[in-house]
Amino acid sequence: MSFGATAHLDFIAAAYASAVIIVGALIAWVTLDYRAQKNTLSDLDKRGIKRRPAPARPEAAAPKAKEEV
Amino acid sequence: MTALTAVLIRDMRIAVRVGGGALMGVLFFLVVVTLVPFALGPDLALLKRIGPAVLWLAALLASLLALDRLFSADHDDGSLDLILMGRAPLELVIAMKGLAHWLTTGLPLIVAAPLIGLLLDLDAPAEAALALTLLAGTPALTFIGLIGAAIAVTLRRGGLLLAVLVLPLTVPVLIFGVAAANAAIAGPVPFGTPFTILCALTLASLVVGPFAAAAALRQEME
Amino acid sequence: MAVIDLANPSRFLSVADRTIPWLSGVTVLVFAFGIDQTMIAPDDYQQGATVKIMFLHVPSAWLGMLAWGVMTVAALGTLVWRHPLADVAAKAAAPIGAAFTLLCLVTGSLWGRPMWGTYWVWDARLTSELVLFLLYLGVIALWRTVDDPSRAARAAAIFTLVGAIDLPIIKFSVDWWNTLHQGSSIFRAGGSTIDPSILIPLFIMAAAFTLLFATLQLAAMRNEILRRRVRTLRLLQASAAT
Repeated sequence: MSFGATAHLDFIAAAYASAVIIVGALIAWVTLDYRAQKNTLSDLDKRGIKRRPAPARPEAAAPKAKEEV
Repeated sequence: MTALTAVLIRDMRIAVRVGGGALMGVLFFLVVVTLVPFALGPDLALLKRIGPAVLWLAALLASLLALDRLFSADHDDGSLDLILMGRAPLELVIAMKGLAHWLTTGLPLIVAAPLIGLLLDLDAPAEAALALTLLAGTPALTFIGLIGAAIAVTLRRGGLLLAVLVLPLTVPVLIFGVAAANAAIAGPVPFGTPFTILCALTLASLVVGPFAAAAALRQEME
Repeated sequence: MAVIDLANPSRFLSVADRTIPWLSGVTVLVFAFGIDQTMIAPDDYQQGATVKIMFLHVPSAWLGMLAWGVMTVAALGTLVWRHPLADVAAKAAAPIGAAFTLLCLVTGSLWGRPMWGTYWVWDARLTSELVLFLLYLGVIALWRTVDDPSRAARAAAIFTLVGAIDLPIIKFSVDWWNTLHQGSSIFRAGGSTIDPSILIPLFIMAAAFTLLFATLQLAAMRNEILRRRVRTLRLLQASAAT
């Protein structure tokens, strides 16, 4: 790499560092959020709270709802 | 955990949440500062000269934003009645709420101000002076604001009234805050003179604010 | 499998689970290649090595605008076609676009200081880019303030469509106004004015950033779908307890 203007090296380094920080923060956010959601879902699953599968017809849902209450 | 600590932590948690004052205040701060060059034109030399004043004004307005819901939210869900009936002295509870407001609204502004000062071409000594004056002055803005928030608590659309009540009271803080910041940059006046007056104003507001707000709340809630 | 099949969130999740791993691998590879190419790219005869900031600044600017473009299409999907994943795509893209716009502002500021002598100047392009950043923050605040996801989506969609006016302003700001910022030198009538030895690495970095955006967008959409499931389960839990 040729250093035409070495006086400005700290600005170039700062720019690349800021890229690492910002992109790193994005990746961290996406990863940590994924883990958090997965943990919460498995936690809720352990406690037995399940999603009801979407009812095929509205009439099927109504008596089913009455049963579960 | 004492009742006062509980109030402090509760208020801080609410402020940091969705729709709370914390980050919204900084965003508003940034928006207001961005508006100034649209109004004044992009003359960087001019913006640099009025930079500290613009930042102080924006900080004042941003600080005001979160005050609106400070008491009226508690009034709406009934916790204000509980606070009034509780054994903890009302003045101290209000002081804790004020502290929570400053920690979640004022502190982020102080942190954001130097970065936003770059937009107005402030140099390092100016940034440092500005941050210091904001650190000394923003508690005053919060605690004076408590008074207006308490007076306006029972009003449904009390937001604008709150601003009309509070802003004139904050004028001394604004004057000495900007004076101190400018003194550090240019002034013949040494930084210490307006700065110590600013600190005195803050200390006074730490006492007057909660007492006046408590009196107002007791009047309103009877 | 048609694209329309992706409309089913569960199916999207399985596609995302399969795609994200290899897509992130490709992203890393292209970045590695891009960084290598930017290192060996020659210095600008005027700006010296500082031109290397451009390899970050320009792609992040493009991606910041692309993300709002994605949000705009998603907004139409929400308002016009009521596509179920449009809401998710819009909400996921906002923080990513905000981050790229911030990176553009920061790298531009660090480039401006040695080149122009100032970290910031209120010219048309910089200001419209800052406004885009504020629009991003505003839409993120909007998403977080409205509780119900579908109402939030519609409010955000309207705001996104209105805010899209900023994109052509940014693009043409250097033509319409007298700006300190450099004029269009890449996408202009008559072809680019940048030498290929710098233009090629720039396009490689742009490709790398775009792949990064795609990976992050898929991952963020996956997270959002999972978050909505958590919310549904919690609401079920709350209503079962009563």
